[in-house]
Amino acid sequence: MATTTKIEDIYALLEEVKDPEIPVLSVRDLGILRDVSISDDGKAVVTITPTYSGCPAMDTIEREVIEKLSGQGINAEVITKISPAWTTDWMTEEGRRKLEEYGIAPPAETTADKASLFGKPKIVRCPRCKSEETSLISQFGSTACKALYRCNDCLETFDYFKCI
Amino acid sequence: MTKEEALYEYLIRLGDNALILGQRLGEWCGHAHQLESDIAMTNVSLDLIGQARMLLTEAGEVEGKGRTEDVLAFHRNEFDFRNNLLVEMANGDFAQTITRQFFFDGFYYHLLQALKTSKNEFLQAFALKSIKEVTYHRELSADFVIRLGDGTEVSHEKMQHAVNLLWEYTGELFEMTEADEILIAEGMVPDLNDIKALWQEDVKAVLEKATLTIPDTQGYMATGSRKGNHTEYLGYILAEMQYYPRMMPDAKW
Repeated sequence: MATTTKIEDIYALLEEVKDPEIPVLSVRDLGILRDVSISDDGKAVVTITPTYSGCPAMDTIEREVIEKLSGQGINAEVITKISPAWTTDWMTEEGRRKLEEYGIAPPAETTADKASLFGKPKIVRCPRCKSEETSLISQFGSTACKALYRCNDCLETFDYFKCI
Repeated sequence: MTKEEALYEYLIRLGDNALILGQRLGEWCGHAHQLESDIAMTNVSLDLIGQARMLLTEAGEVEGKGRTEDVLAFHRNEFDFRNNLLVEMANGDFAQTITRQFFFDGFYYHLLQALKTSKNEFLQAFALKSIKEVTYHRELSADFVIRLGDGTEVSHEKMQHAVNLLWEYTGELFEMTEADEILIAEGMVPDLNDIKALWQEDVKAVLEKATLTIPDTQGYMATGSRKGNHTEYLGYILAEMQYYPRMMPDAKW
């Protein structure tokens, strides 16, 4: 089977590999999946990149990619690369939509304005009531990639997928 | 000293800073004054441990003796560690932890900014990745320094005490050795005097906002880590961190 496997088929299969900490997003939605190629000996070579340096989900993701492909008789190898560095800009539109539906506010702005020491507050929309009257509780949330916000209107706290 | 030896020393320096500070911050897990701070400290710790893994793995490869990240982290002794004295300082109270973090973050941030244009492929990729994380760390610690320094009478007092205590450990962040000279000539790393100027500007601006003052140490600064001379604290960290891997050297996750 491996010899006839097309790259599009592998992408389609990997659509089913989810981020273990945000199970509504596939590794492709998140932009963790960087490349798929077929080596000369017919092996699928899948390149992934971590969101954060210490992301504890990388080992799980690597294992699941290999399991998913080998389940279809595809011999696979996973390469982890840190360059170019992952950015929230790589998250697909589909990914952003799913994230908000799941209750996590998607990254609000592109990453260009993160350079200053006293950053301006950004507008983060409450994923529940859609109010833009929200305030930052902490830059660090339940996982490395999230910050904690509170909605001033519905008063719920929610996770915000922060921009990097 | 060859170019490879210089690069190994530099990577070990960066890697040990990330490892030891990451370990220190991990000690806050379950102990901070509020859940948000607890989570923040351990998040920063996680970023740093992730960075340490990349740095030590690369150091092992540059050295070429087959030492892995685990061997370098768990099977070296104090004298082989090259982290700055600042990062091994005890957590103390939260004022001390956040002041230590603030001094370090500013230094690390500007160093990584400079390494983004390094001619060494790994250092450049590493800097482009890590700067994103460290930008958040720096914002967090600067914010806390201002809030606590310019806070209540008690928080101000604790913060000033922390600044007084830790200031003398900031000087050696910018000390350079033969390794720096070799790598600067190769366009791989910046001159730390340039980083120092940027750091001083940052520190001055934030401490002013925080109504805190820099103590007069009459020029005295602690030194030693570049040669592997550490404070008493490091041995205790290593004892805790290395005990298990040394007891069961073949243990796997």
